[in-house]
Amino acid sequence: MNVDGIREMFQNGKSVEELVHSIFDKIEHSKLNAFVTLAKESALEEARRVDKHGAKGMLGGIPIGIKDSISTKGIQTTCCSKILEGYIPPYDAHVIERLKAEGAIIIGKTNMDEFAMGTSTETSCFGPTRNPWDLIRVPGGSSGGSAAAVAGGEVPLALGSDTGGSVRCPASFCGVVGLKPTYGLVSRYGLVAYANSLEQIGPFAGNVKDVALLLDVISGYDPRDSTSVTKKCEYLKELREDVSDVKIGVPGEFFGEGIDEKVEKAVWGGIKALEDRGASYTEISLPHTKYSLAAYYIIAMSEASSNLARFDGLRYGLRLGKDKDWHTTFSEIKAQGFGEEVKRRILLGTYALSAGYYGKYYLKALKVRTLIKRDFESALKDTNVLITPTMPFPAFKIGEKIGEPLALYLADVNTVPINLAGVPSISVPCGFAGKLPIGMQIIGRHFDEATILRTAYAFERGMK
Amino acid sequence: MKDVIIGLEVHVQLNKLRSKLFCSCSTQYHDSEPDTHTCPVCLGLPGALPVTNGKAVDNAIKVALALNCNIEEWTMFYRKNYYYPDLVKGFQISQYDYPIATNGSISLETEGGERTIRIKRVHMEEDPGRLVHVGTIDKSKYSLIDYNRSGVALLEVVTEPDLRTPKEARLFLNKLKNILEYLDVFDSSLEGSLRVDANISIAGGKRAEIKNISSYKGVEKALLFEIVRQNNLVRRGVKVVQETRHFDEVRGITISLRTKEGEEDYRYFPEPDLVPITIVDRVDDIKKTLPELPDAKRQRFVLQYGISDNHAKVLISELGLANFFETVATEVDANLSATWIADVLKGELNYRDLDISAFSPGHMVQILQMLKKDTITENGAVQVIRTILDEGGTPLDIVERKGLQPKMGAEASGNITLRVIEENPDAFQDFCKGKNEAMHFLMGQVMKETHGTVDRSTVIELLNKSKKEKLQNASDNHREA
Amino acid sequence: MITKKTVDHLGWLARIKLTEEDKEKFTDQLNSILDYFEKLDEVDADVPPTHHVLGLTNVFRDDVAGQSISQEDALGNAPKKERGYFKGPRIV
Repeated sequence: MNVDGIREMFQNGKSVEELVHSIFDKIEHSKLNAFVTLAKESALEEARRVDKHGAKGMLGGIPIGIKDSISTKGIQTTCCSKILEGYIPPYDAHVIERLKAEGAIIIGKTNMDEFAMGTSTETSCFGPTRNPWDLIRVPGGSSGGSAAAVAGGEVPLALGSDTGGSVRCPASFCGVVGLKPTYGLVSRYGLVAYANSLEQIGPFAGNVKDVALLLDVISGYDPRDSTSVTKKCEYLKELREDVSDVKIGVPGEFFGEGIDEKVEKAVWGGIKALEDRGASYTEISLPHTKYSLAAYYIIAMSEASSNLARFDGLRYGLRLGKDKDWHTTFSEIKAQGFGEEVKRRILLGTYALSAGYYGKYYLKALKVRTLIKRDFESALKDTNVLITPTMPFPAFKIGEKIGEPLALYLADVNTVPINLAGVPSISVPCGFAGKLPIGMQIIGRHFDEATILRTAYAFERGMK
Repeated sequence: MKDVIIGLEVHVQLNKLRSKLFCSCSTQYHDSEPDTHTCPVCLGLPGALPVTNGKAVDNAIKVALALNCNIEEWTMFYRKNYYYPDLVKGFQISQYDYPIATNGSISLETEGGERTIRIKRVHMEEDPGRLVHVGTIDKSKYSLIDYNRSGVALLEVVTEPDLRTPKEARLFLNKLKNILEYLDVFDSSLEGSLRVDANISIAGGKRAEIKNISSYKGVEKALLFEIVRQNNLVRRGVKVVQETRHFDEVRGITISLRTKEGEEDYRYFPEPDLVPITIVDRVDDIKKTLPELPDAKRQRFVLQYGISDNHAKVLISELGLANFFETVATEVDANLSATWIADVLKGELNYRDLDISAFSPGHMVQILQMLKKDTITENGAVQVIRTILDEGGTPLDIVERKGLQPKMGAEASGNITLRVIEENPDAFQDFCKGKNEAMHFLMGQVMKETHGTVDRSTVIELLNKSKKEKLQNASDNHREA
Repeated sequence: MITKKTVDHLGWLARIKLTEEDKEKFTDQLNSILDYFEKLDEVDADVPPTHHVLGLTNVFRDDVAGQSISQEDALGNAPKKERGYFKGPRIV
């Protein structure tokens, strides 16, 4: 299911309402558990409106799934946490306003790791999402629901959020395209914060062209986000197959220990395919890569420990029966409302920000981030893109890693450096390990989404 | 009082701003229903983001300049992490390292002479919501929360522990308020516009921090209570513990609040949703907009108008009063103006809990002009002022209505009576013949001319004297003839 | 190495009630993760910290009062409310 295909269906006389009905029918009978809240009534109403008045806007009548961490007016938004059960936002995120303005039809909210803290979508209070390629495996995370919904043909487009790989990891595991924009390109207004200085909302689709289209819709300046900037180009228009001017850098550190052989082979295959189409490549080094995971987790957990303080049950969310004194009341709500991984990260983040440890952890991590950012800047001086495996291995089994938090953190080794540096990155399918898809990560310069989209597009055309 | 050491953290709302510090909700919530001036940002809804009100930063720089502070090159916001039901995000956006300004001072005139109170730092932060306790804080079964106030821009002014008495603390607050009002960044008349945390220790003991005192008088009362409490502990041989206490305004006592985080628990870190602010390049422009401040105005009043320093001190205590004086002093004698405004009008206003806007400078000019021309007595002038404040009206009407013209001296009334006699020879003739109506007529004429400011008996005396002289002249003429 | 007592204090700061079992489990897990973080001690990072990758400064809005949400919307998600106020637990 892709946007061109749907437009063709509309041209052949299929109504938007029929399409939306069939989508809900499919989701309701799906084994994936990709959606956690469906917006059936508003979606059908909007579909009928489009049928009556014609499909207007860049996404007129096109269905889309939204990660449950993005605020949607009138549609429950929980971050898949028990603590936000029943929370119905009175406002739309900036990206939702953009989608509505361009005529998209919001189907519902997609599953995710609780508060986006995870790599497998197993920590959701709604239960795990299943990988469409193999139902006993995870879809990746934290935006696993969005990736699985696209891969499973339930919706052509979806939005996720990527703090340390949460768009690219599930895109890789589910065999779809997912992009993490440059920090600042897409407004975070309405994205429930996990780690503010790292995260961006990013698009998912079955192909590069649809990802570019969706990025065109959601990107651009928003005065409500102080870290938002004005975009420089129209991404769909910039798409072409020519990569003869593209210089690829291949960082050895991303092909290190723990990378599955099949993954390594598939990604090198991808690089060679691009070389065949005229691109050149050199092997380069990003020397501080080995510190990325520690720096990333310290920053993310520290910011999260503060961001998640607000869930005290006073203004919204979970409240237990009878109140006690305020301290006990808050403490019991959080004990019951947060899952184990969330508690673990809050406690660690609280520790990392503590008096006496701030310099050792948070401040040190921000300094290491400077070094990592400089690595990328210097590597991208002589190259325009870097190519690496998105994930070190294909999708693992549900339950396989959930007992070992640290082992699961290490799976993010190739995605977190990108968030630390704030550069854009896209994951495109580049082959299979058995029946499981493999993702290739293409990283670009700040605000040069056009080049990574073009490289991914050329590669995708070559695969077909 | 022995070795009392007091430091203040004063939180003032920058309530002349139209909108809150990080969102565009209106600051005009004082007469509104609870929770009607909120939005996703100031309610801390998931996903909402703050954006800094640029004018709040400018106003904070103004204050920092007026308090003689060092202005930092750049500044940034931090998160101060703690829990309280009035705090919507589980943290307060405040400042920590790199506050907007440091190392300022305010000079105070105390009973012991002039004292300089050092200002440690000035920083911006957001106001929490307002807690309403059902009953008193320690007895209340639950709390009610109004977030209209949540997110209003606050300025925190932190002093060094330079204050020595509760009275000094109050003088300091008055002076600070005075400066802030001159800068047009603060309206102290609005409820909740000022809150103070006071640190106090006695004779080298541990300090107690009294949180959230919300009135000027409350600060003095809370500190006096603390001195007695801590002295009693020392007398009984009990050590004063370092702790946070709450001031109960109604009962006038402080009570321990044990569950709040201490400074080491706040886990400050830079607010990742906001970006740094370079202030050094804004300072010069803002400097140009700084108005004359109270101390400078006081000196100028003495020099320019030749009034006493004591009068100048009273006149500059409120910007409105100072402006009122200048308006009046350009029309009538400056010294007379200063005396009547500072000594009389100010007292009458205070007595009625009114401010200077209740009186028109034009009326003051008229009253002073009448005093100068002696068409009103000092007592009469005071009565006119009181009447205007209590009942309204204009000075001339009130003088007329209440008959406040001074009684005329004998000479003046004599002259007027003689003129009336000259102008009305027939009536006088009749009067000399003993006609009563003629006497009433002449009396009426005199009263009309003098606006009733002469005694009837004086006029009768004069008329009789004139009659006698006339009869005498007539008999002399007769003899000569 | 952090102790159970530290974890207990972290729970208090974060207002998360922890059972004895939680405290023991988290003490072990936090220690192994903090061990991993020790890796950063190897780096000689004599560079300024990066708070924001883009290095933006001076982002402001004008002091203009805009529309607030209605009282009904503000209280719409409140589990407990009374007379237009949010209702909270007792303070002391």
